[in-house]
Amino acid sequence: MNEEFRKIIRDGLWDNNIVFSQSIGLCPLLAVTGTAVNGLGMGLATTAVMVVCSALVSRTRLLIPPEIRIPIFVVLIAMVVTLVDMLMNAWLHEMHKVLGLFIPLIVTNCAILGRVEAYASRRPVAEAAMDGLMMGLGFTLALVVLGAAREILGVGTLFSNASLLMGQSFAGLEAVVIEKYRGFLLMALPPGGFLMLGFILAGKKILDRKLQARSKAVSVSMTETVRLEG
Amino acid sequence: MSGVNFDTLRDIAASWREKLARQFDDLDALRQRLDYQTYILAAAALVSSLLLGIAHFATQGAIDSRRNEDIGVTLEQVLPGSLHDNVLVDDAETIVEPTKAGTLATPVYIARLNGAVTGVAFKFTASGGYSGPILLMIGMDKDGAVLGVRVVAHAETPGLGDKIERGKSGWILSFDRRSLDNTAPGRWKVRKDGGDFDQFAGATITPRAVVHGVESGLKFFQRHKAELLE
Repeated sequence: MNEEFRKIIRDGLWDNNIVFSQSIGLCPLLAVTGTAVNGLGMGLATTAVMVVCSALVSRTRLLIPPEIRIPIFVVLIAMVVTLVDMLMNAWLHEMHKVLGLFIPLIVTNCAILGRVEAYASRRPVAEAAMDGLMMGLGFTLALVVLGAAREILGVGTLFSNASLLMGQSFAGLEAVVIEKYRGFLLMALPPGGFLMLGFILAGKKILDRKLQARSKAVSVSMTETVRLEG
Repeated sequence: MSGVNFDTLRDIAASWREKLARQFDDLDALRQRLDYQTYILAAAALVSSLLLGIAHFATQGAIDSRRNEDIGVTLEQVLPGSLHDNVLVDDAETIVEPTKAGTLATPVYIARLNGAVTGVAFKFTASGGYSGPILLMIGMDKDGAVLGVRVVAHAETPGLGDKIERGKSGWILSFDRRSLDNTAPGRWKVRKDGGDFDQFAGATITPRAVVHGVESGLKFFQRHKAELLE
């Protein structure tokens, strides 16, 4: 794997994560992260749309004049979302019954337009598709983390209804974390999403600073060793 | 004569094709032209509409049959198999009622045991949901007592209002055996409004709409009891 792809993976999952670093796509984020499973479903559907849209735009990027790129991107994204909705309804009906509610919401996710505009419209197809995949997975990660945190605090369970989304074999994931929990409604409501997102963003900042400090320490000790040997 | 015409036409077509192909040689210049920008935006819209149209026709059959299967499954839940020996989906009678905006046709599925009517089931729309109408399937015996209610389609908030689904909670079972005779008009409300039915923490509007919808459904049956039971 070459350097560019490694950078795409790092950017998508952590360094430039749609939610944790860019803080966009918050509308669907706050709407569906009441539970971890809802977050997972929404994240995967968004990922699918992002990969297709990025690849499409990258393939046709030379034909699209910069002056009217935004309307063209919007038309493309709306089309892909509607296609995903129809195809899932017809051939993945069980999954559509669970996710169907969220799929039209994907259109409201400015992260898709953002990635198409900032990356896919300037890059070859393979890199653009990879970027869509990684950004989508990073978004999924954020949704699941936020959903899990809100679900545990809000209703005291984790991965409830996992079997509805992924089939009976995943029923074992469903867990009651806090027994006889009375529930904390604020966390289940959108304001709880904002609060929890704030805590998670702060947590990431702290973690990043620690990582930075450590890598600086490592490079300093390495130069010292070199000097000693020299 | 016709041969000459055909040759000329072919020449014209060939020259046009060549002209068109040459247009795409210099994409940088092409992208700046205003007429090209108009065409490409129109083309994007046209291609998107075409794809959606094709997808619509390709999936419509599958979606319809899935929907019919869903109706069958829901019917089995609101009209127990012990009450009928006919195929419900094929035994429907349509009731037409005038409404404020014209007329409303409601297909009523009739359960028969040895030819005698034992109960009916129909889809009924509960208005006043938190986000749009809620579609219910109501099954009742021939005396107008509820055998079962299920939510067929809704757009309520995931994690809050969607507890009306049987898959998410048992709330919808609280209508079983209710009828206009054993529940007075003032009791068809959620507890918060002084009625018999629980609301959800964080969502009162949704259950309020469903309770009102079921009551209206029972009244609908009462109005048409004579025609349906003959």
